[in-house]
Amino acid sequence: MSELPLLTIEAGKTERHYWQDLWRYRELFYFLAWRDILVRYKQTILGILWALIRPVLTMLVFTVIFGRIAKLPSEGDVPYPILVFSAMLPWQFFANAFSDAGNSLIANANMITKVYFPRLIIPASAVIVSFVDFLIASVILVGLMLWYGHQPDWKLIALPGFVLMAAAAAFGAGLWVSALNVKYRDFRHVIPFIVQFGLYISPVGFSSSVIPDQWRLIYSLNPLAGIIDGFRWALLGSASTLNQDALLLSGGIIVIVLLSGLLFFRSTEKGFADVI
Amino acid sequence: MPSSDAMTAAIVAEGLSKKYLIAHQREQADLSLRDALARGVGQCLKAPFRPWLKGDPESGREEFWALSEVGFEIRPGERVGIVGRNGAGKSTLLKILSRIVEPTRGRFSVRGRVASLLEVGTGVHGELTGRENIYLNGALLGMRKAEIRRKFDEIVQFAEVERFLDTPVKRYSSGMYVRLAFSVAAHLEPDILIVDEVLAVGDISFQKKCLEKMESVTGGGRTLLFVSHNMSTVASLCSRSIFLANGRVALDGPTDAVINEYFAFLDNACDLSTRTDRKGTGEVRVTRISLRSEAGAPLNAVAPGQTVDICLAFSNRSPQPLRGIRSMITVHNRQGQPIFSQHNQLSGTDYGALPEQGEFICRIPRLPLNSAFYKLSYTISGFGDSTLYDQLADAIEFKVAGTGFFPNARAPSNSYGQTLVDGYWRLGEPADQGNYAEPVISS
Repeated sequence: MSELPLLTIEAGKTERHYWQDLWRYRELFYFLAWRDILVRYKQTILGILWALIRPVLTMLVFTVIFGRIAKLPSEGDVPYPILVFSAMLPWQFFANAFSDAGNSLIANANMITKVYFPRLIIPASAVIVSFVDFLIASVILVGLMLWYGHQPDWKLIALPGFVLMAAAAAFGAGLWVSALNVKYRDFRHVIPFIVQFGLYISPVGFSSSVIPDQWRLIYSLNPLAGIIDGFRWALLGSASTLNQDALLLSGGIIVIVLLSGLLFFRSTEKGFADVI
Repeated sequence: MPSSDAMTAAIVAEGLSKKYLIAHQREQADLSLRDALARGVGQCLKAPFRPWLKGDPESGREEFWALSEVGFEIRPGERVGIVGRNGAGKSTLLKILSRIVEPTRGRFSVRGRVASLLEVGTGVHGELTGRENIYLNGALLGMRKAEIRRKFDEIVQFAEVERFLDTPVKRYSSGMYVRLAFSVAAHLEPDILIVDEVLAVGDISFQKKCLEKMESVTGGGRTLLFVSHNMSTVASLCSRSIFLANGRVALDGPTDAVINEYFAFLDNACDLSTRTDRKGTGEVRVTRISLRSEAGAPLNAVAPGQTVDICLAFSNRSPQPLRGIRSMITVHNRQGQPIFSQHNQLSGTDYGALPEQGEFICRIPRLPLNSAFYKLSYTISGFGDSTLYDQLADAIEFKVAGTGFFPNARAPSNSYGQTLVDGYWRLGEPADQGNYAEPVISS
């Protein structure tokens, strides 16, 4: 029997096997995400169309309000719907991933009190679910671009990098909120507030070029500004320019949020089952 | 250095302790809405900083050691039962060994893959089909996808749900649900299997099947840690048992000896003089509760259909004579749902002036409860002035087991209902429209 692995748990000591465990449970990532996707569209008539309806309606409203009524400028000759939708995609991805990850631990409280697995899997799989929605909604952007005959150029290859930034931002913020949510349910009310507020302070309905230059750096303290600018830069072709300082600032903040989120999550994780 | 025994043991626990902070309910309710608001606002302001505030003297929290200094060693292949009353620390111990919660002090080592089944059906999702749930549940219990696929047919067969594999689980009967969930867990091949009282659900034949499966699972050198309130199950499955009382190991040894000790302990457990969770003025206090048969013999367990006296011994310390006393008992099941209540005014009994010592005795003819564990709460109050003298929730737990309610047959299993009622069946004529009696409308 002695060839079996020995595991020792001691009070107050962090275990060395955590990352190994995470690897061992990698299939659970997939299964939890798969469950959430299956469950979401069961007993619905429109099914997966729901992943399309929300961003499209928001895009229409924003195009009318910001483009037609407020007559804000687009970037170059880019049609306003494409300008809005290229920001809508990362924004919806972030907002969904962040709120689902933030609520994920509480939603799975029953599992947490009855089964062991690295808890990091739960918010991570919430981000994966939102990523699937993101992929589905991307189809609309492709459609819009074909409709308006707008062609992206070589900068498109940078897009996965910006997707990764959005995922990291949502995961990092989601880790913070989900861990805090376990003990203080107040944070459940903070999530919709952040999402709603964030939509207004992020350049979703308008181009960030409308922000005066001297405010541009402060504006980039909002990591979503950097991500959205990056999306537009990669998608909209030559019309869009990228402010490198702003991007670096956004990126730096995302790294800080993600690392601190991981640290906080890991340090509180062991107590989840006690307080949830 | 660990001893040579510890080198080969499947589980070694040393000084395991778990502390919880329990918040006390305030004695007085909020005096006014203003007070309530003021306190609420104060707490809201403090809430974000609470993790950084060291103590919180206001909240009146008390330390509670659910487990203290528990140590043992279990050899590979051993089957060990864990017994004890509710709140003795059994579940806490299993949760620590399953790595769900962290011990406050102490350490433990486990050798090999651990699978724990603390609840049947954790993570089973009602919207998903049986097939989907088998995969999800398996993954949750730590099985690999390939492993689940390999055992899929076996799992389905054991659960007897072949025909409903593609039906959402929410449409399953509770029996099917339990069978499916247990079946997945039963086909894990862990080196150490930790099982909490999960077999209390399901019908008897399936329970038997599960026990057999567990025995065969543990046949090949696998270790089993098993919690149950059912002593006959423990006795048949485990050769060694650990008896936990108040978070400590009271006895660790051969199952027979442990069970005897446990029953002796239960006999003394009805003494309520040390309970601190009472409410009320305390002028009248119930000091002991016992269950007695019609003939007055104390009962360890009551049989369904047996006539039982529930006796609440009290002492009355009130300086002035107390009249119009209401003694009420409420029986809950383990899940906390109330099953029935009784009080003396229902039978029109007035005790008159209450003596200094005595017993409130409630006779229940033909106890209509199915076999299970029940909890008894009582309230002693005034009838006219509604003064609360003494109240204790979950004062004792008692067991109903055996047969006898139906003279000719065994009672339906617990999953069909916790109360037993008489019924008389007959065969009637085929009913057509004409056979129905006209409804009688009384004028």
